[in-house]
Amino acid sequence: MDEAVLRTLTPAVIGILVRRGVDFATAEDAVQDALVEAVRAWPTDPPRDPKGWLVAVSWRKFLDVARADTARRRREALVEVEPAPGPSEPIDDTLALYFLCAHPSLTPASAVALTLRAVGGLTTRQIARAYLVPETTMAQRISRAKRTVSGVRFNQPGDVGTVLRVLYLVFNEGYSGDVDLAAEAIRLTRQLAARIRHAEVAGLLALMLLHHARRAARTTADGRLVPLAEQDRSRWDTRLIAEGVQVLQNALARDRLGEFQAQAAIAALHADARTAEETDWVQIVEWYDELVRLTDSPVARLNRAVAVGEADGPRAGLAALAGLDPALPRYAAVAAYLHERDGDLPIAARLYAEAARSAPSLPEVEHLTRQAARLNALLRR
Amino acid sequence: MAKYLLLKHYRGGPTPLYDVPMDQWTPEEISAHVQYMRDFAARLEETGEFVEGQALSPEGTFVRYDGEGRPPVTDGPFAETKDLIAGWMVIDVDTYDRALELAGELSAAPGAGGKPLHEWLEVRPFLNEPPTISE
Repeated sequence: MDEAVLRTLTPAVIGILVRRGVDFATAEDAVQDALVEAVRAWPTDPPRDPKGWLVAVSWRKFLDVARADTARRRREALVEVEPAPGPSEPIDDTLALYFLCAHPSLTPASAVALTLRAVGGLTTRQIARAYLVPETTMAQRISRAKRTVSGVRFNQPGDVGTVLRVLYLVFNEGYSGDVDLAAEAIRLTRQLAARIRHAEVAGLLALMLLHHARRAARTTADGRLVPLAEQDRSRWDTRLIAEGVQVLQNALARDRLGEFQAQAAIAALHADARTAEETDWVQIVEWYDELVRLTDSPVARLNRAVAVGEADGPRAGLAALAGLDPALPRYAAVAAYLHERDGDLPIAARLYAEAARSAPSLPEVEHLTRQAARLNALLRR
Repeated sequence: MAKYLLLKHYRGGPTPLYDVPMDQWTPEEISAHVQYMRDFAARLEETGEFVEGQALSPEGTFVRYDGEGRPPVTDGPFAETKDLIAGWMVIDVDTYDRALELAGELSAAPGAGGKPLHEWLEVRPFLNEPPTISE
C-alpha cells in the first residue's frame, strides 16, 4: 500500500464529512482514526475503492464517537437523521481546508501542525517527531488550533498569503525526522497549485523545486554544509530544475510579480550557471532589487549585499552592507565573506569567529568556525 | 517555532533579589512552589509549547579521559563552583518574546512568604537545522 496515495485522499474525505454536517474538528479526528485503520488493514485487504473505503470508515468512526458521547445531544440528533451522502467529488473542499488550516487567527506553529495533519494526512506522532516535541504537546497544539478555527465557516475563500507562508515554513524550517518535510511541502504546494491559478502559488512551488534540486549537493555525507559556490553541480537534480524553471516562467507570464517569484528567479539564475563563475550576478542583483522593493526585508538587503559583492566587487558589497543592522542574523557571516574577498584577512577571521558564536544552527556554527580557523592558519604562516 | 532552554541556576546568575535558602521556607511554602512549577508545565502542555523539564541533583562529579587503557579520572564535587545549574525547562514557541514572557512567569513562582521569587532564569535558544533556502 502506498501511504502517500492514502494521504492525498485525506482532505477530500474530511470535506465530505463536513458537507454531511459534521463539524471540522470531529471530522478531522474521525478521518485520522480511519487513516490509522487503513495503514493496518490495507496491506492484507486492499480496498477496490480506497476513497469510498475511507469515507465509509471515517463515517463509522464519527458515528462511534457521536453515539458514545451522550452528553452531546446535538450530534445524537444528527446521527438519527442520518443525512444523505454528500457529493463524492467536491471540488473545493481541499482548497477550503488549506485556507482553514492556515487561518490568520492561528499562530504559525499551530497552522503548520494543523495543515500537516488535515491537509497532509500525517499522524500526530509523525508531526511531533518531525518537530522534536512530545506527542502530547503536538496533540494539544492541534486540538487547540481546531478550537481556534471552530467558529470559522468552512468553504469560505481565505487568505492565500497565509497559506503560502505556512507551506514555506514547512519547507524551510523542518528537522530531519522520518517524515521528509521538504518533500511534503512540495507535495502540498503542488496540490494547491493544481487547484488555484495564482502567480505566487506557482512562484513558491518553483522556489521549492529549485532549492530541492540542490539538496544532494548542499551537505557532505558527514553533514558539513557546502556553500553554493563549492557545490558539485553535477549532483543537482536537472529534472527538478527544468520543472521549477517551467513553473516559474508560467508564473512570471501572468505579470503579477511577488516575493516568491523573485526568490525563485534568483534560484533559477543560480541553477542556470554550469559553474559558479558563470553565474549572472548582475541579473541576480536586479532580482534582489525587486525583492527589496516587494518586501522591504532586511534579510533580502543582506543577501543583496552578497550579490552586489559578486557583481561589482567586495568594496561595493561592503558599501551595500553599510546601513544594515549588525544584529541581523548572518550579518557577521556576510561581512566576513566580503572582507575576505577584499583581502582583509584579520578582520574576516575575527568576523567569522563572531558569526560562529551567533549562528542559529550547528552546521553553520561548524562551517563558520572552520572558515575562521582556515584564515587564522593562513595568518600564522 | 523555536526551542528555548529556560535554565535555572542555584548560583552563577545575577544577584538574586530574595536569597532565603529553600530549607528556611515553611513546608507549605515549598509545596506551593512545587505546585506552581507543575501547574506551569501543565499549562504549557495545554498550549502545545512544552517540550520537557528536568531537575538536577546539586552535587556532580567531573570526569575526564586519562589515556588508553586507564580508567577515567574523576574530580569533585566542588562545593565552591561558581555556576550551579538546578534544572531546566525546554519550550517550543513561536517567538523570542514569547520565550521571555514565559520565563518571566516561571520566575514568579512563589518563595518564602508566598511572594514571587523574582529569581533570574537564563533563556538560551537551541541551535536549529539550517534553513533550506539560504540565499
